[in-house]
Amino acid sequence: MTLYAVQKFLYEINRDCEVQAMYTSDRSAALAGYDLDDEEHAALTDPDIGKLYVLGVNGQILMHFAAFHRIEWNDYLQRMRDGVQEYGPVRAGVYTLNEDHPRKEGS
Amino acid sequence: MTLVYAGVCSHAPGITGRAELADPVDHDALRAAFDAMRHRIEASRAEALIVVAAEHFANFFMNNMPAFAIGMADSYEGPIEDPDWLGIKRRTVTGCRALSERIITSVMETHDVAYAEEWRFDHGISVPLHFLTPRYDLPIIPVNVNCQGPPLTPLHRARSFGEALRRAADAVPERIALIGTGGISHWPATPDSGRINEAWDRDFLNHWTRNDRDALVDYTDQEVYTNAGQGGFEIRTFVAVSGAAAGSTGTVHFYRPIPIFAVGCTVADYDLCDGASEPPNSTEAR
Repeated sequence: MTLYAVQKFLYEINRDCEVQAMYTSDRSAALAGYDLDDEEHAALTDPDIGKLYVLGVNGQILMHFAAFHRIEWNDYLQRMRDGVQEYGPVRAGVYTLNEDHPRKEGS
Repeated sequence: MTLVYAGVCSHAPGITGRAELADPVDHDALRAAFDAMRHRIEASRAEALIVVAAEHFANFFMNNMPAFAIGMADSYEGPIEDPDWLGIKRRTVTGCRALSERIITSVMETHDVAYAEEWRFDHGISVPLHFLTPRYDLPIIPVNVNCQGPPLTPLHRARSFGEALRRAADAVPERIALIGTGGISHWPATPDSGRINEAWDRDFLNHWTRNDRDALVDYTDQEVYTNAGQGGFEIRTFVAVSGAAAGSTGTVHFYRPIPIFAVGCTVADYDLCDGASEPPNSTEAR
């Protein structure tokens, strides 16, 4: 797993027009400098929003990548839900924090 | 001079980016609450506004993540997000490098702070400014507390950082306003977006308005994640403002869960005249 590299690429593309242009013209070339395995590379080039969520990408980074691909908000949320259904629970990152503390749910 | 205003508000991007999807009653009520907050800031005759925000990987990433960062420039750009997505036009926002430098120098007496001469505002700052300084005529000093990339800034450090901001504000001749922006409970940009734990939020706001330091810094990240989601980590911004207003009590002017905005929308502030005549002295930072 190289979640750091996946998120680093998304951080760069979210804030840099030149990276956006490179990705638009040649997605694999834009990813060349990042230490990605095949699954991560494919998720970023497809793009597979659900897979990226399951890999552990923080939504605060992922939502802008989805917006870049003109994925509408509710579609973005659904793609993450579908990703969990298809690939299983989130594997790494902030969303794997232990939820074993007693719940105090509101109404 | 002194700190002349201290408050908190929500900054969720949906507030501007998905405004048309909200119930107009909710949207209008929140807009009115922001307008009232703006009037209170204007009435304070503030000459600069410090915005303690929870930055979302727009400027800071896990390659070099500061626990605290303060902007030090005469101007900033924002929003970094697609303006159409956020519903806010991109623009240059006025800062004040000299004032920032004096604030940073003071805060550095007790806290290790990263400073940034470049800062591209994300929704954490751009959404509040859209409502609170719509003419963009108040110099802004952006501040970030790491609420996003664990290990996060400890809550007691956020509190003492707020105390340091207060000492800094009291030491400069300008009239300084301070706001913290962020969510309380929320699960933003995840499949659970729209989930809000109102009971947890109201408990937290009760601690915040009473300015109960011990209660505010007693939360663990595990407890917050379970009951308030990863968005709940942004309480650090509220806790920092509570430190700046130590000795004062506050008022929640607006709180309403608005799921399409993905957060319990909040506008609240402290009455700085009700007991905060003595600047807070940090017991932890030295």
